[in-house]
Amino acid sequence: MRKIKYIVVALLIGFIQTGLGQQTPASAQTETISITGATAHIGDGTKIDNCTLIFTNGKITALGAGIAPQGKVINASGKHLYPGFIAPGKSLGLIEVNAVRASNDQDEIGAMIPHIRSLIAYNAESKVVESMRPNGVLLGQVTPKGGRISGTSSIVQFDAWNWEDAAVKVDDGIHLNWPSTFRRGRWWMGEPRGYQPNKDYSEQVEEILSFLRNANAYGKGKTTSVNPAFEASRGIFTGSQRLFVYAQDEKQIIDAITALKEAGVQNLVLVGGYHAHRITDFLKKHDIPVLVNYTHTLPDFADDDYDFTYKLPKLLVDGGLLVGLQNADASNFQTRNLPFYAGQVVGQGLEKEKALQLISGNTAKILGIDDLYGTLAVGKSATLFVSEGDALDMRGNQLSNAFIDGRELSLETHQTELWKRYMGKYSQN
Amino acid sequence: MNWRLLVLAAFWLCTTPLFSQDYFPENDGVKAKNNNYTALINAKIYVTPTQIIEKGTLLIKDGKVAAVGTAVNIPQNTVQVDLKGKNIYPSFIDVYSTFGVEQPKRPSRGRRSPQYDPTREGFYWNDHIMAEANAITKFKYDDKSAKALREAGFGVVNSHIQDGIARGTGVLIALKSEGNDAERILDDNSSQYFSFDKSVIKSQSYPTSLMGSMALLRQMYHDASWYQKGNIDTKDRSLEALLANSGLVQIFAAGNAGNVLRADKIGDTFGMQYAILGGGNEFEIINEIKATNAKLIIPINFPDAMDVSDPYQADYVTLKDMRFWNQAPSNPKVLADNDISFSFTLHELKSPATLKEKVMKAIEYGLSESKALEALTSRPASLLGKANSIGSLQTGRYANFLITSGNIFDKETTLYENWVQGEKNIVNAMDQKDIRGTYNLSVGGNMYALAITGEPSKPKAEVKLDTVKLTSTFKYDSDWITLSFNTAEAETYRMTAKVTSGEDNLKGRLLLPDGGDGSFTASRTEGPSDKSKDEKDTAAEAPNVMPVTFPNVGYGYPQKQVAQDMLFKNATVWTGEATGVLENTDVLVKSGKISKIGKDLNAGNAKVIDATGKHLTAGIIDEHSHIAGLAINEAGQNSSAEVKMTDVVDSEDIDLYRNLAGGVTTVQLLHGSANPIGGRSAILRLKWGEPAEKLIFENSPKFIKFALGENVKQSNWESYSRFPQTRMGVEQVFVNYFQRAKEYEALKKSGKAYRYDEEMEVLVEILNGERYISCHSYVQSEINMLMKVADKFDFKVNTFTHILEGYKVYGQSGCYRSYQ
Repeated sequence: MRKIKYIVVALLIGFIQTGLGQQTPASAQTETISITGATAHIGDGTKIDNCTLIFTNGKITALGAGIAPQGKVINASGKHLYPGFIAPGKSLGLIEVNAVRASNDQDEIGAMIPHIRSLIAYNAESKVVESMRPNGVLLGQVTPKGGRISGTSSIVQFDAWNWEDAAVKVDDGIHLNWPSTFRRGRWWMGEPRGYQPNKDYSEQVEEILSFLRNANAYGKGKTTSVNPAFEASRGIFTGSQRLFVYAQDEKQIIDAITALKEAGVQNLVLVGGYHAHRITDFLKKHDIPVLVNYTHTLPDFADDDYDFTYKLPKLLVDGGLLVGLQNADASNFQTRNLPFYAGQVVGQGLEKEKALQLISGNTAKILGIDDLYGTLAVGKSATLFVSEGDALDMRGNQLSNAFIDGRELSLETHQTELWKRYMGKYSQN
Repeated sequence: MNWRLLVLAAFWLCTTPLFSQDYFPENDGVKAKNNNYTALINAKIYVTPTQIIEKGTLLIKDGKVAAVGTAVNIPQNTVQVDLKGKNIYPSFIDVYSTFGVEQPKRPSRGRRSPQYDPTREGFYWNDHIMAEANAITKFKYDDKSAKALREAGFGVVNSHIQDGIARGTGVLIALKSEGNDAERILDDNSSQYFSFDKSVIKSQSYPTSLMGSMALLRQMYHDASWYQKGNIDTKDRSLEALLANSGLVQIFAAGNAGNVLRADKIGDTFGMQYAILGGGNEFEIINEIKATNAKLIIPINFPDAMDVSDPYQADYVTLKDMRFWNQAPSNPKVLADNDISFSFTLHELKSPATLKEKVMKAIEYGLSESKALEALTSRPASLLGKANSIGSLQTGRYANFLITSGNIFDKETTLYENWVQGEKNIVNAMDQKDIRGTYNLSVGGNMYALAITGEPSKPKAEVKLDTVKLTSTFKYDSDWITLSFNTAEAETYRMTAKVTSGEDNLKGRLLLPDGGDGSFTASRTEGPSDKSKDEKDTAAEAPNVMPVTFPNVGYGYPQKQVAQDMLFKNATVWTGEATGVLENTDVLVKSGKISKIGKDLNAGNAKVIDATGKHLTAGIIDEHSHIAGLAINEAGQNSSAEVKMTDVVDSEDIDLYRNLAGGVTTVQLLHGSANPIGGRSAILRLKWGEPAEKLIFENSPKFIKFALGENVKQSNWESYSRFPQTRMGVEQVFVNYFQRAKEYEALKKSGKAYRYDEEMEVLVEILNGERYISCHSYVQSEINMLMKVADKFDFKVNTFTHILEGYKVYGQSGCYRSYQ
């Protein structure tokens, strides 16, 4: 009997070892599934204890305490139910191994290149993307990097055969790196070592505005010759696309928002916002949501509070802003830690359900995918997961089931395969 | 030669005896020697900063002081100069100068692969050791720079080639305008210089770090001693020069307070005392600086105020920089208060002309005038071992002195003359009349108001008609004024007048707008205003110097923290021991140690801290940290076992504070992963506010960083020339070094003479189980390889750090102790 068990294990391991790419994408939902008895964290700041959630054909059909289950039942008593987490501003799937240049597709040359589209380069078989899923990060904004206007992002789900399958929202936004107001003195060129005003700042801002004015004018008229960059910018003036502007200090933020609004940009999102807490009234007045820097990073300045980056998201929430978390500056693989960045804000006194919003409901709103994603609600996509405990806490974030559009996805990764393979090796000894 | 030049020459001969060239043939005339004396009488003479003679006489002959005092016997053949009301000071000396010595410039060049081998033959193996350099070979007297220095009060400077780690010898130069180098060069081998900075013109990679520079200097001395004993068959001109110049004054360009300690430590190791160039922040760690016993050379380039008028820009200024701006001018005072011998240098000052302003600032911040004068005269002279010839005005010293209108450190004082080796150089005309005041200027039928203000020697003028200011130019030079101004009607009046001593009004020739001639009179209505005095009174308020904190950066403590006995009451105690977690438990700490753990402990004299509802645990220990290091990698060679992280601990790193905030109390500061054999670790207790030496655990087990993986192969950047480039090569590096270490130890044990090699000494410690390896590692193959190498040489790898594929090597050969 025991022998048979070993043979089964060995066969299983053999099967897993053959998987070289990503886990095979799950097939479409065929039967109704009910998750019962879970604490449902809705993603809008509320939770429902002992909740039953039912979904059919990839959509949530019922949700609440005391609802009779239908179809296949997953008993999640004592467990927790969450909407899939969303990672904005990442180049996931655009670069696989940083040290291998041939696998790097995240930064095209050129300063103002909104016509550069991330989606078509998205590698649906990325092993880095695959490693997001066991921590509950199921969606991401695939974003080009570098330059002044880096390009156009798209939003994808993390269980797909190809980029067409993966696309959740195509060409959702354009990404603009606002110029620095201050920069460190280039001491090797004889400048003082400390921070100095960026002498080229006004000129660099003018370059952006000039581009946008032209793009706007182009969109209003009829033209016989297509300008790819202007053509790709149409959406930010009509409101169909968002403009994500990366800015950290007060002056940058005020300049960027004032100038970009004046230039006719309809939907602006501030990304970064290191000093946004000082001007929450300004941001509120202009109705600007913030994708704030992640918490697991050092303060920018030696004299800042040691825990400043832990606190910043809460300061912005307290200021009445719509806030999501991003780790645009971090390596892609770090994005699996997104839930713990939010958990860190709980440690700073933000309620758990509100902290959850920073990586679910709020982010979906900010990205414009809240019609289907970000919260648990009837009619929305069944993109969700069951966790043994608090998913914002490393100890509780243990997924038992995860679904994207109702399809139950594998929670295996390259790493879990190796883990099982070597467990097998040692149990042989 | 016409008669005018002859008169001029005769004038110079009076004051400039050609004293050193008696044996030179004379072919442009007949030999004529001037044996006259010059006596400067009735002056207040600072023979030294503390020996001051009122109404004294300074008698000079042949460029030297013949006598000084109040009752000097003046010979018949003496030219006398009456300096009533004026002061005489010894002129200044700068021991850290580049004057006249051509300095190498960093060549502009594109990126290229680093160079590991030396470019020279017959010299030390490292290109940055240039002990054979001699500033005299690059010396060319430059009177323009000399003039600027003389105008700042300098008479003698010690120059060297400020390039490289061993920089060779300096040259001591008198800034004598007339005459030639035979007189100017006081010593062409005056001192030997060192620094931590590589040569800007040499490309050899090693050393890439501060700790590497330190290790290189140590090995250089070891090798010199081995060479001296005749153990090296080949020629090494660098070591020969180093040895030949070892009897000179040894000057180390450290450049900041921390590096002063580092340089001194190297000196201590080899029984030498360097004189050390500081950085102006010595006040921050003054006790440690004093303990070096080094004579210091101190720059006084006090920082300018930061521009914080823009509140956004103010965000980018650190408290550390603000403090330094506020406190730096007090550095000389603090050094003086601690009886540390220091000299001022012009080094880092934009122009010699700013010296006076900076010294006055130091005085305003509490430095006494006599200490300031010492730092410019007697201290540099004695630092150079030349106190018998320069730096004071005692009999027999060079006649290098300054004549001023009063206290040399007073703003109003004019420096009239700077005499070098008995040669007079006029900086400002001595007998020039003070013409400052207000005048009624009658020109072309109008009465203008003329106001002459500013410095007495270089006044400015302003011409007004009623209240309208007119454009004008004004010059006052050699007793003549020239003035021109434009009226509102754009008519130009030009005039000039000789200033005479008995006459307050200015009278002279006038050129009218139409070209016609005339004369003008400016009648003085008032003398110089006393405004400057008022200004001085208001400025006399003592500057507000903020106290130094520990460390002297943001979040530093106002006082050094002192360990005290403490009782933590009623905590949840995570013991980390078999007893596990204890609820509602007290912990008593006495003399820095845990004295008791239990319930309801008696506090005694200990400070009680209520820890109800809180947790108490042993401080977190981080095995693998790169905080608090001024350098992390010595990447210049594939082995750098000779470097020590303990050499480069940065006790001011804000990350120390941040680590404490997260509960980390102890870290191993590891060398980086740039090479297979890295440097020796520092194990640190994170005592915020203590100097670097106090952070380092004494007697901790010894560790060294090794590395596997991609960095040691330099895979991820454009570098293809350093061995190893593959994991295959990495093994051979280890095997080769350990084999050599084995052979080194065998030789050492044999009792035969051996070349002390710091790197080999460290590797021998590993072989003998006296030093543990902490190894950066990734993949299975290389991890197994290092364990096999360890097996071969019969030692154990203590720690694999990172060890991404550790799960693949579990149980592999058992020759490791732990994984991280």
